[in-house]
Amino acid sequence: MNLTDVFDPARGERLYDLAEVMRSKNAGPLYLTFDMIFPDAAVYRRVLDSQVLTPELVSALYDVDSDAVSIVAFDAANAIKITIPRTGPTSGAPGDRDVYGAQQHEPLIGVRIGPVPSR
Amino acid sequence: MEEELRIMAVAGNLGYGFPETSLKAGLERKPHLIGADNGSSDPGPYYLGSGKSLIKREQLRRDLGLSLAAARSAGVPYVIGTAGTAGGQPHLDGFLDILDEVTRRDGHRYRLATIPAEIDKAVVKQAIREGRVKSMGVLPELTEQAVDETVRIVGQMGTDPFVSAFEAGADVIVAGRACDTAIYASLAAWRGFDMGLAFHMAKLLECGAQCAVPLAANDCLLGTLRRDHFELEPMNPSRGVTPVSVSAHMMYEQPDPHHFFEPEGMIDLERTVIEPLDARRVRVSGSRLETMAPSIKLEGVRLRGYRSITVAGMADPLLLGALDEVEARVRDDVARLVAHDMKPGDYELNFIYYGRNGVRVQQREPRLAHEVGMVIEAIAPTQDLASMALSLARSSFLHGYFKGRKATAGNLAFPFSPSDFVGGEVYEFTVYHVMQVDDPAALFPVTTTLIGG
Repeated sequence: MNLTDVFDPARGERLYDLAEVMRSKNAGPLYLTFDMIFPDAAVYRRVLDSQVLTPELVSALYDVDSDAVSIVAFDAANAIKITIPRTGPTSGAPGDRDVYGAQQHEPLIGVRIGPVPSR
Repeated sequence: MEEELRIMAVAGNLGYGFPETSLKAGLERKPHLIGADNGSSDPGPYYLGSGKSLIKREQLRRDLGLSLAAARSAGVPYVIGTAGTAGGQPHLDGFLDILDEVTRRDGHRYRLATIPAEIDKAVVKQAIREGRVKSMGVLPELTEQAVDETVRIVGQMGTDPFVSAFEAGADVIVAGRACDTAIYASLAAWRGFDMGLAFHMAKLLECGAQCAVPLAANDCLLGTLRRDHFELEPMNPSRGVTPVSVSAHMMYEQPDPHHFFEPEGMIDLERTVIEPLDARRVRVSGSRLETMAPSIKLEGVRLRGYRSITVAGMADPLLLGALDEVEARVRDDVARLVAHDMKPGDYELNFIYYGRNGVRVQQREPRLAHEVGMVIEAIAPTQDLASMALSLARSSFLHGYFKGRKATAGNLAFPFSPSDFVGGEVYEFTVYHVMQVDDPAALFPVTTTLIGG
């Protein structure tokens, strides 16, 4: 996957700037889960419809098999949720750098989302 | 049968410190049950392994004293789950010791039910032989040897043991490792309410006012369960819940916002409807329970060794460019100097460079900061050996040579004297598996005692 393209400023706005909440956290000691909550349905739809957030992208950003990536769209909260297994040490095991998994969202910050295509 | 059950969550974790005014407001609503969670696996494997609690005695004394007095004055059951952070036997004993202190101080009388949650290793090994234990991913399938190597194993109890405690007339229930939802859903199970709604409500209550705006784990939330819906209301008038805040909370710390699993089955939220009642309250309906064969989630940890660490900063530009070279030399030095006491695989050294891939090991296009903070960690079979390996690594790094070095007096800025710290035991989760069981209640025996009688 061409990551230079994904992060190209010319493509659009950063995911981080579009989201109202962007966070990572343990889902138990074996999994990490990422929540992106958008301010309204329009922004949420724009991100979803851009089809930028794919298991292949997450796989490239987090060194995890794309088959192991779960991406769930959650209309009720204008939110997208990504869950991946911890591929390194489990939470708090020797070598782990983030026991609560609270600062693992950084690679997603700069992902660019294009404008809504005009019809 | 009653029309509704009013269930009050004191806080997302007892000991975080909730406002007394919220507790008082909750009491005025005449709750049928007061509950509090006291644990989590989030702080990592150390607590289950060491038997220690994340919450300090003084913190817990305040929260427990206030909430116990509230429950006793209202004359309603007080349910506490996952006592002492990890819910093993030492955690339960430690919690009961503080409960005893508070009870004596305030002169309470009640019937206490205690529910231990440690699972006998023989029970788990038997289940492995019968093919009833399954991996939840990431960790390999469980072996009998892995079970033997754990310090202890706890099971997350569901509602059944709590129902037994209610039947025995318990006023205060203190449980070891428990599903957070069981604390708040068990009364509904006993009184015959819809368990899809009860579990969904419990899932929201278990984090205190975390599902409110502004959110807070350390504040009180009231859930009112009726036959075909439930309502939620924060007990702090400066907070409110909205359909969006309640929906969003279903994402928190779990992989799928539409479904979650409990020992009793899967709770399906696909048809859930959340409507605002006013600016501070919501009404929730449509959540359903699909029952499944009962299963218990197991948690266990293994001792990996003992840790010592040092913390130091670096600012020399040539040094910051040569960290890998210095580190390689330090590793060689330590290997040579500990050779009398340890083989290469007996210990590990980890170098964490904050400012260079400290938080994320695989950072895209790392940018070097003008300063780098370093933690050196040594893990070894004994504390003394860990401290020795660390001491050697620290002095080697301090004086370590690299090509073109100009700052020849020392590489490290230590903020502290002494520079080295003892971290104690190091554990890791080796059991995080699901065990199918015929009778989940049989694993969690309930004992009742009359206190202050």
